[in-house]
Amino acid sequence: MTAPVSISLDVNGERVDALVLPRLNLADFLREQLQLTGTHVGCEHGVCGACTVRVNGEIVRSCLMLAVQAHGAAVQTIEGLSDSGEVADLQAAFRDRNALQCGFCTPGMLMAAQDLLKQEARPDRDRIREHLSGNYCRCTGYQAIIDAVETTARARGGRRV
Amino acid sequence: MTITSANPEILSELDRPNSYIGKTVPRPNLERLMQGRGLYVSDMELPRMGQVVFLRSPHAHAKIIGIDAAAARRVPGVIAVVTGKELADVITPWVGVLSHLKGLKSAPQHAIAIDRVCWQGEAVAAIVATSRAVAEDAAEVVRVEYEELEAVTDMRTALDPATPVIHSALGDNLAFERNHDAGEVDAAFAGSDEVVEADFIFGRHTGVTLEPRSVVADWNVAEERLTIYQGTQAPHMVQNIAALHLGLQEQQVRVVCKDVGGSFGIKVHIYADEMATYALSKLLRRPVKFVADRVESFNTDIHARDHRCKGRIGVKRDGTITAFEIDDLTGIGPYSMYPRTSAIEANQVVNLVGGPYVMKNYRARARVVFQNKNVMCQYRAVGHPIACSVTEGLVDLAAAKIAMDPVEIRRRNLIADDGYPCTSPSGLRFELLSHHAAMNKLMAMMDYDALRAEQAALRAKKVHRGIGIASFIEVTNPSAAFYGVGGARISSQDGVAVRLDAQGSVICQTSITEQGQGSESLTAQIVGSVLGVSMERVRVILGDTDNTPYGGGTWASRGAGIGGEAALQAAKILRRNILDVAAAILQSSPAELDIAGSAIVNGSDGAPRMELRELARIVYFRPDTLPPGTQPELMATRHFVPREYPFAFTNGVQASWLEVDTDTGFVKLLRHWVVEDCGTLINPQLVDEQIRGGVVQGLGAALFEKCVYDERGQLTNANMADYLVPMSGEMPDIDVGHVVSPTSETELGAKGAGEAGTAGAAAAVANAVNDALRPLGAVITEIPLTPQVILTALGRI
Repeated sequence: MTAPVSISLDVNGERVDALVLPRLNLADFLREQLQLTGTHVGCEHGVCGACTVRVNGEIVRSCLMLAVQAHGAAVQTIEGLSDSGEVADLQAAFRDRNALQCGFCTPGMLMAAQDLLKQEARPDRDRIREHLSGNYCRCTGYQAIIDAVETTARARGGRRV
Repeated sequence: MTITSANPEILSELDRPNSYIGKTVPRPNLERLMQGRGLYVSDMELPRMGQVVFLRSPHAHAKIIGIDAAAARRVPGVIAVVTGKELADVITPWVGVLSHLKGLKSAPQHAIAIDRVCWQGEAVAAIVATSRAVAEDAAEVVRVEYEELEAVTDMRTALDPATPVIHSALGDNLAFERNHDAGEVDAAFAGSDEVVEADFIFGRHTGVTLEPRSVVADWNVAEERLTIYQGTQAPHMVQNIAALHLGLQEQQVRVVCKDVGGSFGIKVHIYADEMATYALSKLLRRPVKFVADRVESFNTDIHARDHRCKGRIGVKRDGTITAFEIDDLTGIGPYSMYPRTSAIEANQVVNLVGGPYVMKNYRARARVVFQNKNVMCQYRAVGHPIACSVTEGLVDLAAAKIAMDPVEIRRRNLIADDGYPCTSPSGLRFELLSHHAAMNKLMAMMDYDALRAEQAALRAKKVHRGIGIASFIEVTNPSAAFYGVGGARISSQDGVAVRLDAQGSVICQTSITEQGQGSESLTAQIVGSVLGVSMERVRVILGDTDNTPYGGGTWASRGAGIGGEAALQAAKILRRNILDVAAAILQSSPAELDIAGSAIVNGSDGAPRMELRELARIVYFRPDTLPPGTQPELMATRHFVPREYPFAFTNGVQASWLEVDTDTGFVKLLRHWVVEDCGTLINPQLVDEQIRGGVVQGLGAALFEKCVYDERGQLTNANMADYLVPMSGEMPDIDVGHVVSPTSETELGAKGAGEAGTAGAAAAVANAVNDALRPLGAVITEIPLTPQVILTALGRI
């Protein structure tokens, strides 16, 4: 079980073929083999949320998933969401509200926030706090993040109506 | 309080119409971080880079009998396995003492342990391999033979004659002791109507930066230069220390600090494993990368706040506080940290207790002892939370004893807002504080009386809510009195160089660093304001010892107050230089001209005369057209350090509103308020967010965070699942208000704001919990206030 395994997957819309060791986790695969360093590693055991990426539309902790498990999957990282413009309004709200300081948690935080906003049009502050409660931020105290997500939810809700 | 110019006839730089100072504007360069396109040290890769894994001691205290690395060296991909003895040929040991902390002692510490390990987690060997995974595989087959020694873990017994001495050459386990006695303490207590005592216990906790400590060291043997990429708060300090212990000149060492994933004082120190990484690069003649994993972070990032403090307060029936007395004990691990030392926190506690109050009688003792646990050192708001919790806990207990409202007792004792300058009994000099204005503002923000009425109504329904108040003072803008006078080569001055480039944009190099507080933003705001150019045309360069002036970096809330003033002064010189050459070109005089909107304009009517871009073109490309003898200097550098006051003290007050579930012991935070006075606000939003982030770190200390050691010195919760930190679900909204008392030491008037939130949050929460439980007869003077602590105090378990 120590020989490299061949995998093929879609990462941010690009086809990727790679040889990976079975023990390699998805976070390290993205960071080290694909040089997509926007996905951050904070705790390495699924607690902090800094490594959150989207696999087949669902957010996952990429430190808890093996790269081989992503064979055949569509993976989206913060670089992909940024380039497609999918989270541009959320990012603008984060910038206006200073909802990040060191920025290390931010890619995972944006991933988790976008996941909520895709599921629910008008989450209230408690719901936002609850949904983001798997993502550590040591700098902001969260309030600015909650504000930014709430602002984005309102703006998107307004557009839809 | 408002900003008033001494001479309102003369407009200062801050009064200019295009000023960004005092305005909320977005931080530049956030886009990079939000798109995942920042560059943290953990992201870096260099050609031929090896990854180092440190094999760490499983014992808190043991002799190293032997290390067998033969099998590890045979693992494919392993570049080297290096022991402490081998590494000692490249790097010298160090002793973490400062001469102004009289009596402070410590033992020589090596980059990797040689004969003996002194805490669980101390490195005993380094394994360098082509990947971290390979290095970890190899580490598993290194055989180390230990002879376990008795571990000194309980700071209360560390000084007992029966306790082993950790470093026999030092004679005992006392690292440092400071005593203080001012006024007539015994007489004051004797003359008090009531004397209240309490034993305060503070849990040892740590910073948990989301990005672990990371270093890439790159020794280029051909250039004989070491480049260190490190997420540090003090690049020039790292340069100095690395050069000193590797036998290099400072100019042979370059320290580059890119994006930093959290700091909070954790990354202002230099750790043994980082020193080892520098040395390994030199030894192996190739780049070496060290990224701590999370278990290593918990075991080796500095811990803080492990204190037990007996406190006593005397009070008159009318609320007058007569005296404070404290006896503080703290355990710092086996070594005093280098180069800042581990005595500073206890020293701060002695300095700061009683600080907000008029009170002449103060006795204090602080003892700092060695233990076989991870090293303890400066973390955000060094000593402040201890001092504030003890002071404000005692004030609340005194108020309860004489049946006085907690706000009323504070109002009767806080130093009057017109009582400055003045000196505290521990010798601190206060230039100008605003305790009463801050308290008044807090009362209005929280609607204190309504809250008390709500509390009383809910109590009748067996809902136990509490209000906690905590006033505090905060040390910011430290001068050389912090470290320089004790012999540490840690700069207290900062420098800024500004220049106008050939297209009329501004390049600004500053010695302060950015870890997310907004150093880039405040520098661009100040420089843009003074020069009259838009922030978008100011580029700030920081975090590179080759490319910035020499300076201290960003710690102890010094960036805005010291680095900001240097930026202001440098920009003023450049502005003068620009106007001089503009006057020459326009056949005018500098006094008749101004800069606004990135153009030279008439001072009188603001009419545009010449774009800065055009001025730069002439200066750089057609200087032959300038009048003879004109040599424009479109670059200026200024340095600044506070001289009049050793520190710029700030002040503030916090309040917590929370509910205690007396069945489960859980505390629900409902609301939190802060009023603080950091002088001139450069960017109000950035200040507010510094405060909020700081509050939440203090709330973590109050309710969750604790490094739990067993009696053998084993850290039993060294992971993020077992060591709890605040998450978004438990945190309340935090209202922040300001009083503005600019320091007159600088033209800018800015003091620091980084410690304020952390300084008072835990004290406010503890006082609120006690306020909630007072009808039930429980008093708790221990944090974190876990359900177990609360239920025990209630007699439920």
